[in-house]
Amino acid sequence: MAELAAGNAEVAIPGVVAEDRIAVATQWQLIWWRFRKHKLAVGGTLVLIAFYGVALFADFFAYVDPTESEAQRSLMAPQPIHWIDEGSFRPYVHALKGTRDPLTFKRVYVPDTSTKIPVTFFGHGEPWQLLGFIPTDRHLLAVEGAKTSESLFLMGTDTHGRDLWSRLMYATRTSMTIGLVSVALSLVLGVVLGGVSGYFGGAIDTVIQRIIEILRSIPTIPLWMGLAAALPADWSVVQVYFAITIIISLIGWTELARVVRGRFISLKQEDFVMAAELLGCSKTRIIFRHMVPSFISHIIAATTLAIPAIIISETSLSFLGLGLRPPAISWGVLLQDAQNIQSLVISPWLLLPSLAVIIAVLAFNFMGDGIRDAADPYL
Amino acid sequence: MLNYIVRRLMLAVLTVWAISVLSFMIIHLPPGDYVTSYIASMSASGSAVSEGEAQALREQLGLDKPITVQYAKWMGLILQGNFGMAMEWGRPVSDVIGDRLTLTMVISVAAIIFTWGIALPIGIYSAVYPYSFLDYAFTFIGFIGLAIPGFLLALVVMYVGFAWFGTSVGGLFSPDFIEASWSLEKVWDLTKHLPIPAIVLGVAGTAQLIRIMRSNLLDELRKPYVMTARARGLPEYRVIMRYPVRVALNPFVSTIGYLLPYVVSGSIIVSLVLSLPTVGPLLLKALIAQDMFLAGTIILLLGVMTVIGTFISDMLLMWVDPRIRFGRE
Repeated sequence: MAELAAGNAEVAIPGVVAEDRIAVATQWQLIWWRFRKHKLAVGGTLVLIAFYGVALFADFFAYVDPTESEAQRSLMAPQPIHWIDEGSFRPYVHALKGTRDPLTFKRVYVPDTSTKIPVTFFGHGEPWQLLGFIPTDRHLLAVEGAKTSESLFLMGTDTHGRDLWSRLMYATRTSMTIGLVSVALSLVLGVVLGGVSGYFGGAIDTVIQRIIEILRSIPTIPLWMGLAAALPADWSVVQVYFAITIIISLIGWTELARVVRGRFISLKQEDFVMAAELLGCSKTRIIFRHMVPSFISHIIAATTLAIPAIIISETSLSFLGLGLRPPAISWGVLLQDAQNIQSLVISPWLLLPSLAVIIAVLAFNFMGDGIRDAADPYL
Repeated sequence: MLNYIVRRLMLAVLTVWAISVLSFMIIHLPPGDYVTSYIASMSASGSAVSEGEAQALREQLGLDKPITVQYAKWMGLILQGNFGMAMEWGRPVSDVIGDRLTLTMVISVAAIIFTWGIALPIGIYSAVYPYSFLDYAFTFIGFIGLAIPGFLLALVVMYVGFAWFGTSVGGLFSPDFIEASWSLEKVWDLTKHLPIPAIVLGVAGTAQLIRIMRSNLLDELRKPYVMTARARGLPEYRVIMRYPVRVALNPFVSTIGYLLPYVVSGSIIVSLVLSLPTVGPLLLKALIAQDMFLAGTIILLLGVMTVIGTFISDMLLMWVDPRIRFGRE
């Protein structure tokens, strides 16, 4: 509320009042004011909110079961939705008939233009549970008078006839959360080791810095591949998920540790820290009451900028078949189908999930850049 | 100066040691020891290993001893140049890897040369004409370059090459040269095939370097000495190229320390998509076949090569940057 009122004041009387406002604003308000001026960063944030919305309500945005396969529907091209029916807004799709090309034996699908299957928003489909406990059967899209799984193919289907759109929704959930879980682990390692390194200095600092330098000079992908391949083949999807996040964060914490260490070292020389020391504050109080609040925004920026690298790592590993394994669905797992050039040329839509990867990574980069610029008062 | 060299050298040795421990761990992570899986793979291919042979192999590798002794024995063998046998191939690991490791490094170095060659002029342009149309265009392309994982870019290049130009852009040699022994023609053929993998590998690094170069040079150009130079009537070209660019270039050289591991890392996965004869496809095959001995050796050798490359670049940095040469960092 305070922000809203302050925002109005700026519009009404710029100049003197604005300066007063800055003088009494909290650090977080200042950061927010600077951040919202950064158009790209705000845009990136909105995109990310949308992505996490999809991750949270994947069952709603998907319209069929992502694992339901049907050989009769393999490799269908994305199907256009006709929005206008006889002059009014009434979306529909044509039914598709699958036949085999007598020459190439490829399955071809011909729309049957005499039928119109109406498409509705927020219609009824397969039952699912909102937030895991509220039963519902509403989906973003549904069809009337036919089975959704037999008639709606927004992004086409893969080789097993599974609907790519629905799979992409669930993959977004996996890939976006793996980024968060993994960055949380890296953050713990980075803050503890970087903090210890920067605060105490001396021999501990040297050792930790050497470890970081060593880790940074090792090519990571081969190492990740080796560790991931050593995971037992009989592990469940959940076990592999957590193992992969741990493997990625074990090597990825170094950048965060560097940022934290740099902050600690520069803050240690600030007058307010010395003042606290002279007043007899305990080490814990100095660190958590005086130092942490003044660099937490930098940590948030560094964390945001670390997530895209993690997402790319997971996608790459899964793409190679060494990360998450089917039946798990992630962006990398989806892209595995697009691995060879033959299948790509025949069915280029299999590459569509890559757009999700690129957009998510860009959005994280924009948001991270925005936070970093906003958090640095000396820029 | 000597101090610097010694420190770098010690760090390199430490890193090699850390890599060897990690590789050793990877070899030993899966259940069962190397000999068990060796016997399994030999019997799968039809040839049996006798109990005596297995025992001899176990003794040679010290598999009945504690893990530290095993590590020492393994390192001993490797230092003698004996990398063991690659199961699937039935040949010594060094035979299987040799050329592929060299090609991995050739591609990585080509990618870095590309990165520098592109990032330097663009970085200078963007800093000299900030907020111009081209600056924005380069920044935009740079962001996209950062956001596209290497393997995706490789896929897209393959697709475009195949669907629009009807050629396969994969591979490093023309069919005539794949089996040929090394000759000048083969090297020329390799050079002709290098640009595409080098570009695919270099794009992400280039995007980063442009940003670094731009912000460094922008800082430098604001400094008073630049104004002094202008006031004294130096031609604009000399004002920029002679001093600020030289100063801004230093972080450029120092980034190779992490650029090289990054590019080598990326080459593994890009090679798979573009089917380049590097260690990448070999490593994946070995890992999927659970031939951890071959995989561990590849990871070790890749790591060592990277460390050597980084060390060389550190020496280069010393040559470029007088502050390091004279012992002030």
